[in-house]
Order: sequence, then structure tokens, then C-alpha cells
Amino acid sequence: MADPIGPLRGVGASPGVGVGPVVRLADRLPEPPRDAPTDDPVAAWAQASDALAAVAADLEERGRRAGPEARAVLEAQVLMVRDPDLAAEVARQVRAGSTAARAVYDAFGSYRTSIAAAGHYVAGRVADLDDVCHRTVARLSGTPPPGLPTLTEPAVLVARDLAPADTAVLDRTKVVAFATEEGGPTSHTAILARALGVPAVVACPDVSALPEGVTVMVDGGSGVVRADPTVEELAAVRGNGARSATGVATTGSAAASGLDQGRTADGDPVELLANLGDPADLAGALAHGAEGIGLFRTEFCFLDRSVPPSEQEQAALYRQVLGAFGGRRVVARVLDAGADKPLRFLPPQRREPNPALGLRGVRLLRRYPELLAGQLRALAEAVSGTDADLQVMAPMVADLDDAQWFVTACRDVGLVAPVGVMIEVPAAALRAAELAVEVDFLSVGTNDMAQYAFAADREVGAVARLQDPWQPALLDLVACVAAAAGAAGVPCGVCGEAAADPALAGVLVGLGVTSLSMSAGALPAVRAALATHTGAACRAAAAAARAAKSPAEARATARGALSTR
Amino acid sequence: MVERSVTVPPGVGLHARPASLLVQAAAGASISVTVARPDGDPVNARSILALLGLDVRGGERVVLRADGPGAEETLDRIARVVTAMPPADG
Repeated sequence: MADPIGPLRGVGASPGVGVGPVVRLADRLPEPPRDAPTDDPVAAWAQASDALAAVAADLEERGRRAGPEARAVLEAQVLMVRDPDLAAEVARQVRAGSTAARAVYDAFGSYRTSIAAAGHYVAGRVADLDDVCHRTVARLSGTPPPGLPTLTEPAVLVARDLAPADTAVLDRTKVVAFATEEGGPTSHTAILARALGVPAVVACPDVSALPEGVTVMVDGGSGVVRADPTVEELAAVRGNGARSATGVATTGSAAASGLDQGRTADGDPVELLANLGDPADLAGALAHGAEGIGLFRTEFCFLDRSVPPSEQEQAALYRQVLGAFGGRRVVARVLDAGADKPLRFLPPQRREPNPALGLRGVRLLRRYPELLAGQLRALAEAVSGTDADLQVMAPMVADLDDAQWFVTACRDVGLVAPVGVMIEVPAAALRAAELAVEVDFLSVGTNDMAQYAFAADREVGAVARLQDPWQPALLDLVACVAAAAGAAGVPCGVCGEAAADPALAGVLVGLGVTSLSMSAGALPAVRAALATHTGAACRAAAAAARAAKSPAEARATARGALSTR
Repeated sequence: MVERSVTVPPGVGLHARPASLLVQAAAGASISVTVARPDGDPVNARSILALLGLDVRGGERVVLRADGPGAEETLDRIARVVTAMPPADG
């Protein structure tokens, strides 16, 4: 059957493929009438200021329920609603005879033009301004605020643009993809979709033509939205674990949903694991089909504590995570703290001029060996009597001495689990061969590796260009580690943002990486992408990326190599 | 009238979060403060909508002005907020 609506092209803003029926976000409210003057400016002003205050309170409440990205935006919106100049303009309009609704509409409108004309970062705030304006006008006209319909079934959400106030409280189990007419790669829709792990296509004006209820396939990688996808197209993405309203469930356990294991098109297994920072995220990891936990950050049970948690308390927390994954692999990274992540129960550290280079990771544990011994005993206790596949690894190992010290510390407490080290320091990557023979596995942390290899602080936005995971030099370091692990016959994982990029995941596999660990939301897209690439294509893409002279060239040539085979 | 000329850190720009920080700092002051481009009209530093309309980008200079008791200290404090702004993240 030919598509009645051809493929619609926009900009891919969050990777992955989602399939489901279209649910449209209600269109914007009509403009309040101009020709309904009021003769009671005092009452109109009181209505307007009550409505503005109520909208501010509502946005503040939404901010409290939102994640950090959305919260910052909602806080800016609260400042807009409470803007003193705006209030003065509303007051001026009602004195001139406007109704409260019209005065609010015109007052926001007076700022809209200058903001819309500004550079692209500022212009992105027009959607935020429109949203708060419409919320206030809706309140004054007694109509429901613009926003999401209550979703009862999983759906693809189609809108002109999404306001942070909507997406912040979105039921993420019900949305399989976003498609918006407006917005760009830096819009809130894009940022939030990536944070939620939901595929998204933005800047696709033609989605306005999609009728409610029609099934669409949203490909956040290529930026294509396809109405009424063919059975073959659906089967291709469903079999590969795309998010789907009717195929693989986004709720329930991975075991029950029967998700495929990660593998290349020719069947080479690639373990796809989730990063976990808090046991509360276990459900998400299971729902997205994680085959295990590749990076279990154990800091959560130590931070904000004035005394260290007891071994019994730690063991109970670890058991929760191990239990959820049955016999599957859970890699616990022991306490990774330091100057920028201080522990209140340790004596204050000397102020470090450069915390990234100071007493942190395994270095801190070497200073406080009993802290590590207690944690290792708790891990040993948590795993005893279970069939869990616990593995432990040390953060920020710099050399052979660090690695040997950690292995000895594990053996000294009688922990029998496999012991590995994180390779985040370029020195450790260059000498990975001598580390690999001492440990049971290596795990590359690409975020810190980029920070150290490029002398580019992760927290400094001005050097963010150098944090690009497609930097060929970073890929060289990963290649060096993977080759050393392969020669020693030990597994080599990658955890970090690099693993979450579907194309880069193929490159990493081509470099010899055997498992990828990422935020759970990225798993379906990576699983789907890997299943379309052969091992040979991955190796060709890896070679092409390493031969490139810039991240952009690496990205382009690797994608070319992956798509032509 | 007291004035301070400050450079917005490169890569920042007075949008969203940085603008919020400036507005919050100005709202906490007991006297009113204005922000202007070097040759432009001043706007109320407590108005996020007016600040966004200035479209100040990273590396550009803005002039802060205030009058009255504590103007020097107030402007020094707000200038520090501007120069210490965290980088943009989208």
C-alpha cells in the first residue's frame, strides 16, 4: 500500500525509532477579543494579577516535580510571569480599557517581537513566553490551559511545539516519540526528549497535516516521520526493539518483554547494559531491556551522609539491585568521590586548585582503605547466597600500582567476584596491556577520558567542543584499550555518553568493545542500530572514524561506512 | 549615578538561566538597577523579558547602572554574578 502521506522530513533531535498513534497537543488558544472593553479597570487589574500569580504558583509546583533541565526553564518562566515591567504594562492596558485577558495578551505580545528577533538561543524562549501567556489567558477566560491531553494509551505526541511546563510532567511510559512543527536541535523539546530517552523529530512543519489517531513511525536518527508505515517497515523496527505502542512494551520486566539481546546483524553478541545511579531507576533499566548493569554508581548511598552507612545498610541496598537483575551482570563501581563530590563524614580535604586532577576515585580510597574495605565486605555479603553476577571495579585508575592495589584490597576481604578497573586516565589507556593481565575486565569511561585527554574540563562549556565523543584521538585511546583487552582475553566495556549514540556504538563495537553501558533510555535505539550493522561494517566504520581529521568527519565517514554495508 | 561595565563570559549569553540569575540578583537589591548595551537604552534588571530582548551574547559588554544608597556595593555584587555565570548548555 502506498503511503497516503509521503515521508515527512524534519530534524532528528533525539535518536531512536518510535511507532504509535498520533495524539495532538491542543492547538493554541484563540486571541482574546479586542472589542470587549471593560469599564472597571480596578477589577480587571485584580483579575489579571491574580491569574499571573496563580500561573506562577502552578509553574513553580511543576518545577518541583520536574527534572533539573526542565526546572531551570520553568524557573525562568516563573520570572516571566512575575516580571515587574510586564505587570506595569498590564496595568497600563487595563487603565486604557482592555479586559484582563486582552491586557495580558498584549503585554506579553509587546516583548514577543524583540525576543523572536534575537539570536537563536534567545529566540527559543519565545515558546516559553507564548506558553506562559496562554496559560494566563486561559485562566482568565475559564478555559483549560494549553497542554497535554491525558494519555491513556502509548502514543506519538504531535504538536506545534512542546512547552517545558508540559513535558516536565509528562507520563514518559505513555509517549513513544515526539514530532513537532517547530523547535530546533537546542529547543526544549529536543533537550527533554534526549533526557527522557524518547525519540524526537523537530522542525517538521508537515506534521501539522497528520490526523489524530493515524499510526506514525518517528525516526529520531534520520529526522523522518512516516504515516501508516508498511508492515515490513514496522516489522523491521519492532524486531529490533524500537519503542512502540504495540510492540515491545516500555513497562514490565525485560524478561517478560522478550527483548532481543544486543547483537550485530551477523549475530555477534554485544552486551547492552544500563548505567544506574540510584535503585529507583531499576524499573527504567528493566523496561528498556538492559541485559545487566554496566555501571552501578554506588555513591548515592554515601553522599549527604554525616556518618558512613553501615555495612548492613549498604548490603541491603546492593541486594536490591542485584536481586532485580537475577543472574545477570551487575558491575558495581566502588565509591567515586573527591574534591568536587565531597563526603561529609571524611575530614575536609585540602582545597584543590583543580579537583579533576586531585584526590578522587581510587586515590581517595587509597587514603581511606577502611572505607573501601567496608564497602567491599558489604558487596560480598549482598551477593552471598544469591545467583547474582556481581563484578566490582575501581574508578580513575592511573597505573599498574593502582590496579594491583585494588585487586589486593578485594581479595583481602575475601570477595570472589571478578575485579576490573575503569580506564579514564589516558596513561592507563596507553598502558592497558599491563593492566589487562592483572584484572578480569576493563571499562572505559569516555566522559572523563575525553576530559583528561583533551585537557578540557567537563564543567566548562567554553571547551565543550573538545568533549565531543567522536574526537578521533578519543577513539584512538578506546582502540588502544580494546586491543589490549582482546589480547589478554578479558572483556572491554564502554560506559559514558559515547555508548548512547547509535552510530558511535557501532564504531565502538568495531574497535573491539564487547559491552556498552548507557542511560537506559538510549538502549532501544542502540540495540536497533546495532542489529542493522554487520561486524565487518562496524570495523570499517571504526577504521574510517579513526582515519578522520575531525569529529565531524569521523561522524560522517563512519555513518557512511555503516549505511553502505 | 554609578556605572559598571562588565563583559558577559564567552559562551554564555544573557538567555534563560543566566538571565534568571541576573534578575534574581537585581530583585534582591534594595535599589533599582538597569542594564544596557554600551550605547543602548537601559532596561530594568529585574525584568527578564526586557533582558531577553537585549539579546546580549557571550563576550559582549553590558553597562550596569544604579543610583542611591549602596549603589557601589549593589553593582559590584551584580557584576560578580554576571562575570561568574555558568556556561550555556542549550
